[in-house]
Amino acid sequence: MSDASSLATDASEAATPAAPVRTVPRAGWHTATVVAVHRETPTASRLELDVDGWPGNAAGQHLDVRLTAPDGYTATRSYSIASSGPSSRVVLAVDKLPDGEVSPFLVDEVRTGDLLEVHGPLGAFFVWEPDGRRSLSPAGRVRPVQLVAGGSGVVPLFAMAQAHAAADDLTPFRMLYSVRTPDDVYFADELMALAAASDAFRLDLVYTRRTPDGWPTPPGRIMREALAAAVIPAADRPLVYVCGSTGFVEQVASWLIELGHDAQSIRTERFGGT
Amino acid sequence: MSFITRGFSGRSRERDDRLPPGQTLVHDFPVLSAGPTPEIDTAEWEFTIRTETGVHRWNWDEFMALKIDDVDTDIHCVTHWSKLGTSWRGVSLDTLFEEVETEQEYVMAHSYGGYTTNVPLDELLDGKAWVAFEFDGEPLDPEHGGPARLLVPHLYFWKSAKWVRGLVMMDQDEPGFWEQNGYHLHGDPWKEERYW
Repeated sequence: MSDASSLATDASEAATPAAPVRTVPRAGWHTATVVAVHRETPTASRLELDVDGWPGNAAGQHLDVRLTAPDGYTATRSYSIASSGPSSRVVLAVDKLPDGEVSPFLVDEVRTGDLLEVHGPLGAFFVWEPDGRRSLSPAGRVRPVQLVAGGSGVVPLFAMAQAHAAADDLTPFRMLYSVRTPDDVYFADELMALAAASDAFRLDLVYTRRTPDGWPTPPGRIMREALAAAVIPAADRPLVYVCGSTGFVEQVASWLIELGHDAQSIRTERFGGT
Repeated sequence: MSFITRGFSGRSRERDDRLPPGQTLVHDFPVLSAGPTPEIDTAEWEFTIRTETGVHRWNWDEFMALKIDDVDTDIHCVTHWSKLGTSWRGVSLDTLFEEVETEQEYVMAHSYGGYTTNVPLDELLDGKAWVAFEFDGEPLDPEHGGPARLLVPHLYFWKSAKWVRGLVMMDQDEPGFWEQNGYHLHGDPWKEERYW
């Protein structure tokens, strides 16, 4: 694990706090009622939960879902939250992993009215809050925010984009979203609406397997030059959030550093193994 | 609070008593890092232990000349995955502390890239922790913490700081990076000390 906050990096110096202690709500176990389920993409479902006693959550946080079988067997997995704010209404978007145990249940079996045990909200680093405090550079200027999503890694970044719009925050926001095909875009309508509604939010899509008709570029993985063209330049000192598979995040983060972005300004969240 | 989830039976019953509560066995090796993977050249690498009296330093060649242990152990990540029977090579913290005198009882591990994590010293000694540089017979991959990471397998794996560069002794326990960001100060997987 690494840390992208600013702190003394010399171990010969006295221990320095890694970051200010966050004031995010305290995590706890809660009973969630599934209030809506719908198919998000061919392989993913969107679950809307009403979580009893939920203290609200910041954009980018996650929660654990624990399933219990009749014989007491349990399985627990972490999922990013696609929503934020003080509401007890929590939105998840879960991608079905082919060999998964929990995600196939959440995507294919869960229906309205079901109860789930959840623990959260969790994580206080991969978060964005629209008060501007987080995005002040040392010089005190508001720093723009670049989001880079690979596949289902868009979920916490969508929460940030939505929080940004909901707060009428004028921080420049840009999202680069790499996805297999047009059918695989999560929150497609919402993202298009956010991009249409605000000059402060810009969306760039990259299709890796199949593009919409008339798309100007052929499908393919994002390359360094395309990344350079689609992200806020390093000279503007953006705060960058990258979320996706391990391979995607490793590649994007290393290119961002080659492009001059400060390692301390890149926050990452990865899923999957190597 | 716990209740049966309607419709859930679970896929497998290969429960293994080496798995702490809430953990799932994986066969790949997930990567969790809060930022980019730093590139560290072993020619520049240095490991230090700072105490109330001074700093002990080892460069890569000096480090490789120390007694090296083969370690077979299970590892447990707070994000609910465990790997059983992983094999590592590294230098025991007992070896490193042979020449270190200190009255201070707490440690902050510091990493290249700026990560920190706190561990009481007595949880790093007596064969419980290493600075590891090989995994599965190969040099440790950068994304898994290479060239060298702390290995503290009896605690959740965020305590096993990747890209470790040194230890700073402290009089009192203080939270490191994830400990300030919601993770438990101690992190025992058998007690599910995940979050505060």
